[in-house]
Amino acid sequence: MRNEELILSINNVFKSYHRGSQIVRVLENISLELERGAFLALMGPSGSGKSTLLNLIAGLDYVDQGTIEIDGVDITTLSETDLARWRSVNVGFIFQFYNLIPVLTAFENVELPLLLTSLSKRERQKHVSAALSVVNMEDRVDHYPNQLSGGQQQRVAIARAIVTDPTILVADEPTGDLDRISAENVLDLMDRLNRDLGKTIIMVTHDPSAGKRAHSMEHLDKGVLNHDL
Amino acid sequence: MIFKILFRNAFRHKLRTFLTVCGMAVAILSFGLLRTVIDAWYIGVEASSETRLVTRNSISLIFRLPLAYRDTIRRVDGVEIVSYGNWFGGYYIDRKDFFANFAVEPKSYLELYPEYVIPDDQKVKFTSDRKGCLVGKKLADRFGWSVGDTVTLTGTIFPGKWDFILRGIYEGRTKNIDETLFFFHWNYLNESIKKIQSTSVDHVGFYIIGIENPYIAAETSEAIDKFFKNSLAETLTETEKAFQLGFVAMSEAIIKAIQLISLVIIFIILIVVANTMGMSVRERIGEYAVLKTLGFRARQITMLIMGESMVITIIGGITGIILTFPAAMGFSLAVGQFFPVFNITGETLYLDMAVTVTVGLLAGIFPAYRAVTVRIAEGLRRIG
Repeated sequence: MRNEELILSINNVFKSYHRGSQIVRVLENISLELERGAFLALMGPSGSGKSTLLNLIAGLDYVDQGTIEIDGVDITTLSETDLARWRSVNVGFIFQFYNLIPVLTAFENVELPLLLTSLSKRERQKHVSAALSVVNMEDRVDHYPNQLSGGQQQRVAIARAIVTDPTILVADEPTGDLDRISAENVLDLMDRLNRDLGKTIIMVTHDPSAGKRAHSMEHLDKGVLNHDL
Repeated sequence: MIFKILFRNAFRHKLRTFLTVCGMAVAILSFGLLRTVIDAWYIGVEASSETRLVTRNSISLIFRLPLAYRDTIRRVDGVEIVSYGNWFGGYYIDRKDFFANFAVEPKSYLELYPEYVIPDDQKVKFTSDRKGCLVGKKLADRFGWSVGDTVTLTGTIFPGKWDFILRGIYEGRTKNIDETLFFFHWNYLNESIKKIQSTSVDHVGFYIIGIENPYIAAETSEAIDKFFKNSLAETLTETEKAFQLGFVAMSEAIIKAIQLISLVIIFIILIVVANTMGMSVRERIGEYAVLKTLGFRARQITMLIMGESMVITIIGGITGIILTFPAAMGFSLAVGQFFPVFNITGETLYLDMAVTVTVGLLAGIFPAYRAVTVRIAEGLRRIG
């Protein structure tokens, strides 16, 4: 019987890449479970495979072997088109370099994922305004990314990630490009999203102080999960 | 929003887009002009009637036919009107002031060419004055001639100074009618050459024959030529269109070269636009990866890139099409004596638009394919 509280279930996942004629093993026999509303920090040194694991969880890449079940859906069986559709509904992304579209305003950037939904323009505007107010950016709606500071851009990116009310939020080094104060603000915001809105968050970081803000931590080393640390 | 993104993306690198748009405009302008040059070459063919036949000496156009053939041709079934004429080959004042001039039998000739629109009084005066001449409006404008003026041509085939009184100015019923022709009475020529070229007297360069309907053209032509088989001057009869095509065929190599150049121009601009799109997409591959991460699918990414390519080519194409009109006018003024009718046809405009759309689509295909097929993780790595 399915555990209703379980939102993520990774079972015996393997992933490798081809580098020229060489096969580089990135993840080996990864198994992990996560409950709804968790805030997990995936930590480890560079090249340990934590971003690769995050990409697999987010449905950006395919596993070589194993299964990844998110909220009851085995995403390893989905076609590329179905996976894209699934991502647009279930996953919110927060990137290290914010990855806002430079030709769009803050408001338009947040509206972007909603274009893939059947919401009317008026409904979209309502959702975008709500998301921007959560991140305290409602006074910067008409600003373009280059008119915003790094911290402000990351807050807009977080608004974009939550605007569709996704099942999980994945963050890849969300504070990696920020100064200390901005990083703290972003982590506070993520903490609030997890605590107040019940969002499940998986965050990749190599910064121990950022990792401490999560409720649980997993360490990856050379593609292997080390639960003992 | 998709349109907003593609429009804003198109003008992200203003200088690059401006230069590409300029290139596209110049390419479409050149393509349109070259197409118009080719059309101008074929204008005689376009303007020819399916109910007119041309009979000439089967050896060559420079050999003449006896005037006596006229009555025989008239008796052929299906023939309604027979007219005749000679190429005169004269020039006005200076050799460079050259234009096409013919000695024709005026009444029957004008009856065969209703597309020459002449005021009734001028028509009467021209047909009744043996020394009268009829010219096209463009030719009259070129030399500032008015009805009643005396025009003197210098003969090259028929030497001497030839005085004519301008009795009429015609205009074309449609835009593709040549308005640079000069006609005068064949009788005036025939009587005048009795002393200087007695062998040419009562001989014509060609017959123009009006037939009942186009469907009998082949059998009528055959019947005419059969009459004069084994005579001293055998005939070759063909439709006016085939006759005109024979002239065009003499310049076929040039026409082919122009067609080739116009295709090369389009190929070059295709490479230029594809290069612009390739650079843009390469620079923004991370952004497309972000869009894919958010759930945008291949179709939407393709639409963004193809749309951007289309925006650039359509702006350039429309600019080129608009500029083609003044350019064609200038070209026509400069070389009007070689191309009496130099009009941009609807077909050329449709081709311009088709080329614009084709270049836009083709230039976007490979960049779009690249953006769609790049792995998201790989695309995201390009950022930062």
